Amino acid sequence: MEETKLDKANLRHQLQSTMERKSSRKRKINKVVTALCIFCVGLAIVPLGSILFEVIKNGIRALSIEFLTQRPGSMISGRGGIGPAIQGTLITVGIASIIAAPVGILAGIYLAEFAGNGPFPHAIRFFNDVLTGLPSIVLGIVGYIVVVLTIGSFSVWAGSFALSIIMIPIVVRVTEESFKVVPNSVREAGYSLGIPKWKITLHITLKTAFGGVLTGIVLGISRIAGETAPLIMTILGTSLFFTGFNEPVDALPLRIWRLASQPYESAHSQGWGAALVLIFMVLLFSVTLRFLAMKKGFKVKAVI
Amino acid sequence: MDKIFYGIVFGAAGYTLFLLVIIVYAIGDGSIEIFSFEGLEFFTNTDWNAVYGRDAFGALPYITGTLVTATIAMTMGVPVSIGIAVFLSDIAPSKLSTPLSFVIELLAAVPSIVYGLWALFVFRFWIVGLIERPLYNAFGGSIPFFAKTPFGLDVFTAGVVLAIMIIPIISSISRELLKAVPNTQREAAYSLGATRWETLRIAVFPYVKSGLFGAAFLGLGRAIGETILVTMVIGNAVGVSAIPTSLFSQSQTLSSVIANEFNEAASSLHLSALIGLGAVLFILTMAINIGGQLLVSRIVKISPGVKE
Repeated sequence: MEETKLDKANLRHQLQSTMERKSSRKRKINKVVTALCIFCVGLAIVPLGSILFEVIKNGIRALSIEFLTQRPGSMISGRGGIGPAIQGTLITVGIASIIAAPVGILAGIYLAEFAGNGPFPHAIRFFNDVLTGLPSIVLGIVGYIVVVLTIGSFSVWAGSFALSIIMIPIVVRVTEESFKVVPNSVREAGYSLGIPKWKITLHITLKTAFGGVLTGIVLGISRIAGETAPLIMTILGTSLFFTGFNEPVDALPLRIWRLASQPYESAHSQGWGAALVLIFMVLLFSVTLRFLAMKKGFKVKAVI
Repeated sequence: MDKIFYGIVFGAAGYTLFLLVIIVYAIGDGSIEIFSFEGLEFFTNTDWNAVYGRDAFGALPYITGTLVTATIAMTMGVPVSIGIAVFLSDIAPSKLSTPLSFVIELLAAVPSIVYGLWALFVFRFWIVGLIERPLYNAFGGSIPFFAKTPFGLDVFTAGVVLAIMIIPIISSISRELLKAVPNTQREAAYSLGATRWETLRIAVFPYVKSGLFGAAFLGLGRAIGETILVTMVIGNAVGVSAIPTSLFSQSQTLSSVIANEFNEAASSLHLSALIGLGAVLFILTMAINIGGQLLVSRIVKISPGVKE
């Protein structure tokens, strides 16, 4: 009797201690994993911090009124500026958005309001997503073949065409999503008054979804403003100010690339300055986007 | 009027499909010349010579360069991204995770040319000093994988910077996926006494496995298609010497060759060869993206609560 009791107590004791040991190991593993995750976050934050720090530190030295407004001077002297590049980026990106925004919004409206769930809209949605993932340099080649070879000259049109292909799928996707969150009662109110569908869509639904649509456009613009690869074979780059839509122009990303490949310290310094201007433009856009999204209560898919 | 409006929006939707047709046509038309010149050997040849009379164009070195840099980027980028996603969705309190997500998404907004500039003038020296030199000194003599004196302009640097570039993309998609997992999954595991890690392992990851694969695929698509950043740090070797033999070899990717040579193409054949590289790149990324989209959309569709 006594022995079995002892055995039982012993057994229980052993069981408890193994369980405790196991659970302490469990906790240890858990802590290690948590620590690893935090380490991963650190790994991502360090480069961001360093990029912003270096761009601001090196870029601010290059900034001056002359730098922002003048034509590039000789590479060695470090004189002159990036005026044509800023102007060219604004023009090329501006025209690309003028093409992409209406097309994207209308196509998004089609998908959200008219298409339903048939095979054709399904195909459009699918290929739209595929289009988003295409390498931008391929679209540059397309711009070269379709526009540059047709016109016979590197041109603003070619660059804007290529950039618009990058922007359209983004606008389509965000437009569709922001139309879908508009409650049906809003549309029904319109129907009950006998308003035709196109008027309801443009005057009521679009107005309600406008915050979302706008974030889509801003997202698209901030994405294409930083593109370099498709501009190489479309707008070519030049050191002159804008002379015509059928002529080459400069752009900030292209200018940074050219400056960085020079062997001169002064050119690098100008490159940092141009990067500061570019990053300022793009981040300003992203932060505005966030602000708009928060204000309208619209959730933006971060990366499309 | 309604019909006209329908026609307009239908036309706009059709235009997006039409764009894809144009892309396929342009790339196909542009690369006909090289494929009729080299045939299928375009994929297996290693020479790259644009000199008239000695023309030879082979895509193999650049395909290898692309795959090697992308592999390096993925092996570093994917685990880190998933770690970040787990931290943001399951570990950090929302007071911390909201601003952190914002910061990580800022990384996604930085143009690749700025990454390139930073990589070329700053990060390259870190990587040479902290990783490449020690590895070379320790193993350079014995293991060919670490041979070649490192300068920082090589496949390793390109891969690492690519990893930094795709981390925000993969981690924000993964975070969305992890958030889409119903909390009942987690609660069930916790109620059995599982720790957080065990909960993730037995209840959360199996639920989103295919979605995480898809997120990685989308990141891979980006890594393969990225041009300007790679062009700046990969060392731009041409032809046979672009096949990386060690971690510190100079090389080129499909896209970096196009960027480097497109405007200086010596002949229409050379130009066509570059467009042919574009065609290879197009097919590669298209396949990867379609795979990724299928995987991600499946998981998001079946998980309730992701759509409001």
